[in-house]
Amino acid sequence: MHNIDYEKQMGTENFHPSLVKGPVGVNMNSMGEADVFGPEAKISARNVNFYYGTKRALNNISISFSPRRVTAIIGPSGCGKSTFIRLINRMHELVPGTHFEGEILIDGLDILSPACDAAELRKRVGMVFQKPNPFPKSVFENVAYGPEVNGVTDRNLIEEKVVDSLKKAALWDEIKDRLKDSALGLSGGQQQRLCIARCLAVSPEVILFDEPCASLDPISTARIEELILKLKKDYTIVIVTHNMQQAARVSDQTAFFLMGDLIETGRTDRIFKAPRDKRTEDYITGRFG
Amino acid sequence: MNKKKERIIKYLFTMLAFASLAFLVGIVLVLFKEALPIFTKVSPKDFLLGQSWYPTAEPAEFGILPLILASLLVTLGALVICVPLGVGSALYLHELAGPRQRAVLKPVIEILASVPSIVYGFFGMAILAPMLQNSFNLPIGLCALTTSIILGVMATPTVASIAEDALSYVPRSFREASFAVGADRWQTLTKVIIPAAGSGISTAIILGMSRAIGETMTVLMVAGGSAVIPSSIFDPVRPMTAAIAAEMGEASVGSDHYNALFAIALILFLITFVFNIAAELISRRFRLKLGLSR
Amino acid sequence: MKKRDIFQKLGFGVLGACMAANIFFLGTIIFFIAARGLGVINWEFLTAAPRDSMTAGGVAPAIVGTFYLTLGAILFALPLGVASAVYLTEYSPKGWIVNLLRISINNLAGVPSVVFGLFGLTVFVKYLGFGVSILSGSLTLGILALPVIISASQEALTAVPQSIREASLALGATQWETIRRVVLPAALPGILTGVILSVGRVAGETAPILFTAAAFYVKGYPHSPFSEVMALPYHIYALMTEGTHPEEQTRIAYGSSLLLLMLVLSVSMLAIYIRARQRKTYNA
Repeated sequence: MHNIDYEKQMGTENFHPSLVKGPVGVNMNSMGEADVFGPEAKISARNVNFYYGTKRALNNISISFSPRRVTAIIGPSGCGKSTFIRLINRMHELVPGTHFEGEILIDGLDILSPACDAAELRKRVGMVFQKPNPFPKSVFENVAYGPEVNGVTDRNLIEEKVVDSLKKAALWDEIKDRLKDSALGLSGGQQQRLCIARCLAVSPEVILFDEPCASLDPISTARIEELILKLKKDYTIVIVTHNMQQAARVSDQTAFFLMGDLIETGRTDRIFKAPRDKRTEDYITGRFG
Repeated sequence: MNKKKERIIKYLFTMLAFASLAFLVGIVLVLFKEALPIFTKVSPKDFLLGQSWYPTAEPAEFGILPLILASLLVTLGALVICVPLGVGSALYLHELAGPRQRAVLKPVIEILASVPSIVYGFFGMAILAPMLQNSFNLPIGLCALTTSIILGVMATPTVASIAEDALSYVPRSFREASFAVGADRWQTLTKVIIPAAGSGISTAIILGMSRAIGETMTVLMVAGGSAVIPSSIFDPVRPMTAAIAAEMGEASVGSDHYNALFAIALILFLITFVFNIAAELISRRFRLKLGLSR
Repeated sequence: MKKRDIFQKLGFGVLGACMAANIFFLGTIIFFIAARGLGVINWEFLTAAPRDSMTAGGVAPAIVGTFYLTLGAILFALPLGVASAVYLTEYSPKGWIVNLLRISINNLAGVPSVVFGLFGLTVFVKYLGFGVSILSGSLTLGILALPVIISASQEALTAVPQSIREASLALGATQWETIRRVVLPAALPGILTGVILSVGRVAGETAPILFTAAAFYVKGYPHSPFSEVMALPYHIYALMTEGTHPEEQTRIAYGSSLLLLMLVLSVSMLAIYIRARQRKTYNA
């Protein structure tokens, strides 16, 4: 009974009050610094620990992300930043032998709870990966895949979705004559924008970018960044990057991770101009990492 | 709803995946069930060590030592051919063949491994046996020697391709380390690469042996069929597989002869089972030694 | 020349000789059979039934029989084999289950073919009452083909990059949707290779159908799964060991052997070709 209610409501914006944990209005990060963007957090993580086997990869992470903003997570490799955003759409479940403590709320709902269906969650929280990973199918089929697995059967509707998503991903003009071609024939940058279009076609609320430009050239990178800035009007975006210039260019909020700890978070301009922690300062001035 | 469907599908796949295990267990059960009655008539010792196999005589005699020795003889004979040729070919492919030669030879060997055993049997019967009979002046061409040659040639591609796999698992760094201390290619091959791939190569030999001892049609056609303890490589013989294949058609269901043939199959199965497990264990150790996963 | 250079030359010479002997022996077999069989194969040989107590006519019923047996075996083994491979690679069960199943599969692959024949005789022919028939033979051959299909499918499935599984799951697809719509289609060419390889294996097997399906001579073509059949490999055996006109029968056996050889070799060449092409696309 409980479960069914929960799953039904995942799709809508109205939740059963008993399932909403904790106050939604106040939104503090782990340093006790009040968040600067609006009253409500879209996503808040509370005391999240994560383990690969017995090795601890995240230490007591508490952080909030505002709706329709871009949050960048920076830090040296192995600091846990990718691990952290993979928790937000439960991709960590694909790695056997891991476990976590704590909770991550999206609109007040604990998405890590077993009662929350991972597939349902991932429809709301999309993800774009480090390496472009189009399916070995045609361009059209790649974008149509999401709506199809989500039960859309009307061909016209699907076609509309595909065109719309390709336009939103700034790919339509380049590709409108090649919809039937294999996606594997596109350039790396086009493939990555195709993956973004594929993600948009499911109409998510949150999009997670896991180092989306790691394998792209500077021009393709610039186009993706441009796209992210455009998308934030409609989506809550979290982007993991090891490129500090990129974080500075695209994000409103920045969080700095180091060895599994969240060291500091706040407005991007403030973090880059006046970091409060010595380690943040060392990192952004290039003293390590 | 979704979750339930996913769980049902997973259970379905689990069940289907256990089919291989079920068939293997089924084979063991069938063999035991049909074989055991013979041991109420003949003791296992007399069965295994008895020197005369006259299953249709009155009274019948069920001693399978001649059949076991025949199997061993032709298998050993086959090994003499397939081990040097198979391992030598693998070393050649791995060490000497350039990329273009490799690109041709590797598939050729693989394709040759797929030649059906009946074709080898036919070749042995129609061409090799008369040829050997003439050139060695034998009383009969269908004998242990002919069988060994055919089985050996037949098992060579199997040995070669498994041994080549084993060689390719040896890390490059071993070879580089050896060159770096001034060894030439031959020394590197014999002192570093072959020892490193040794257990992988023995796996190949065991599997080739397993293939030879279990081979049926070739030996049925070429071995000559005489169920007498062989005194020389030129004698006609009746290996275990040939006895089963040749006699099962005549043995009436449930008769002693029928049960005895299943008992032979059981012994054959146990021999190949031991070979396969040994190959499995050795190759696992081999992978561990080279630090490979699984 | 230094002593060790001579060693190296000699050693490499021996290895080259091994390779040459290997190719030479197998080439000889193919050459002899082709040389003597080619003259036998003509249109009548391929399309007519045997006549005049196996001394003339063709082998068409045996070709048809082999076709039915192989088809039946694949129909039986394909779903089982692919499902097993999917379970082992996609549902990543616990370590001991994987080990147990892997050992079973490897051992099943090593069981002598005549033992499969006995199993088929006991279970399909006798116990389940299918009699000596296409059905019994197909099921027996299917079990034999199972390990081949499983290992080829497993190889194909593991070659599918993990990243596209993640992409599908991240779009809200369930695991089964991911397997059915993304992983299996991507692995299809590899699975096909396995199927073709097992076709080659099954079509040439004789011992498993000895007591479960094959007959020396059947009048006409099989009309139901419960019919006894002639089969190409068994036909070769029967021609060489039964009947009353050894000379003429041997001639027909040459033709049949060449036919079987061409069938099996072209099938495995096709499989190897598809696999090579497939490996190239993944590496690109």
